[in-house]
Amino acid sequence: MARMKFLCDADRCIDCNACVTACKNENEVPWGINRRRVVTINDGLPGERSVSMACMHCTDAPCAAVCPVNCIFPSEEGVVLHSKDLCIGCGYCFYACPFGAPQYPRVGNFGSRGKMDKCTFCAGGGGTEATGSAEEYKKYGANRLAQGKLPLCAEMCSTKSLLAGDGDIIAQIYKERVLRRGYGSGAWGWMTAYHV
Amino acid sequence: MLRMLARTRHALAPLVFSTLLAVALQAHAQRTDPNAPVEDPDAGAVKEQTLLQHEPRIQGRIDIPDKRASVLIQPAGRTWVYFHEVTLHWLGAIIILGMIAVLALAYWLFGRIRISAGRSGKKVKRFSAFERFSHWLTAVSFVLLALTGLNITFGKLLLMPLIGHEAFSTFSQGAKYVHNFVGFSFMAGLILIVTLWLKDNFPKKVDVDWLKQGGGFIKSKHAPAGRFNAGEKMVFWLALGAGAAIAVSGLLLLFPFYGTNIASMHLAQVVHATVAILFIVMILAHIYIGTLGMEGAFEAMGTGEVDLNWAKEHHDQWLAETLAKERSSEPPGHASVAPAK
Repeated sequence: MARMKFLCDADRCIDCNACVTACKNENEVPWGINRRRVVTINDGLPGERSVSMACMHCTDAPCAAVCPVNCIFPSEEGVVLHSKDLCIGCGYCFYACPFGAPQYPRVGNFGSRGKMDKCTFCAGGGGTEATGSAEEYKKYGANRLAQGKLPLCAEMCSTKSLLAGDGDIIAQIYKERVLRRGYGSGAWGWMTAYHV
Repeated sequence: MLRMLARTRHALAPLVFSTLLAVALQAHAQRTDPNAPVEDPDAGAVKEQTLLQHEPRIQGRIDIPDKRASVLIQPAGRTWVYFHEVTLHWLGAIIILGMIAVLALAYWLFGRIRISAGRSGKKVKRFSAFERFSHWLTAVSFVLLALTGLNITFGKLLLMPLIGHEAFSTFSQGAKYVHNFVGFSFMAGLILIVTLWLKDNFPKKVDVDWLKQGGGFIKSKHAPAGRFNAGEKMVFWLALGAGAAIAVSGLLLLFPFYGTNIASMHLAQVVHATVAILFIVMILAHIYIGTLGMEGAFEAMGTGEVDLNWAKEHHDQWLAETLAKERSSEPPGHASVAPAK
């Protein structure tokens, strides 16, 4: 079975934020939460690069290791899912995450955290809801993977900078690109996420 | 003047054109030559590894309103996970089980420390109702905080296999709220305790004697003490220090991003967890000596009154002062409670 991964080709990203918008729209992400974001490094300086980042669905996901109620787990395809029924909103996965993916809706005064929300690779949720059901959509967003589709952020990236899919295939595509054009600033976050 | 300029332009035009042509041809020749060096527009680009060598995390500019999301990569998250899942588990288990073993050993060695002269039947007031309220407010809060806190670290290893995944999650959800709210009653109790007892807890010369005499553990020797002995003073100052550290770090964790970033929250969590483990073992020892370890000690915080002989044995200087005060405040001719030592 394919191991799903994201890859952002920073030499192609133009900081258009279409992936951010696509994600919010496709998944009806709650107000104040961004499952995906674009960060520009060295903004305005020579050599600036923009990187689109969401949950990287890490190998040995640190969020899953630290969760005090074990509500985060990888699917067969390596997609890191979680159950909002079990989540207690402690915030530990946010401390652990190298990519700032987990976020919490504010449920009270001050900093009270609600159930964690993060990118699901458009693969629905890790709860007990039926795949593709309205309940699943309401809690976790779209389950495009079950429909044979890839995450919408990558699917509608205008420069094909953001790639999603089988890790081996997207790594191969990126490698061919780098060889053809003769340069590449590397797959951002892959070392931290997948130990490669 | 204008005509002269126009003429020069005409004269320069072929020159400019030929220069451009030469540059274009050269560039074309470069592209068609497979051995020509590739022009690298990436040469000046920021590199992930270079950035991570200089800074523990990569941060940039972000378009969305949530500026906290501008941290792109922070590999330190994995280091913190190692602390929480490996170091803290081992450290916590060894220290807590170690203290329980030490206390069991103390009980085996000394047994329950009896009042040497037996009970006199006469009582002396040691703690007022308000003092006892402050102590128990802090104590009950502490136990709740300790149990719900330990649940976050050890619950999934110890409790979850017993009660099942869903029940454990429901319990932990409640435990989180208990921990968050009881933290405030603990802080209130701590402030009360410190205000009430600060003046009696400054180190004095008698504390050195108390330590030299074996702190009451050696029956043949008499360890002198005022209202609080050196051991109790140590508990007071450690509780104040640990309580302050745990309150500050706890508040920082309770209000994420209020003056903190992800790195300082890591630090706050490490301080909170480590100090909590040490605080718990200190309080375990405190509970032991106040209940099982010593006869006549618990009633000081229970009813507020202690036996005269217990006071004579453990807090002789305080007893003398108390009795002297009572005598001077009593109307003349009234019999005193007990003779001074």
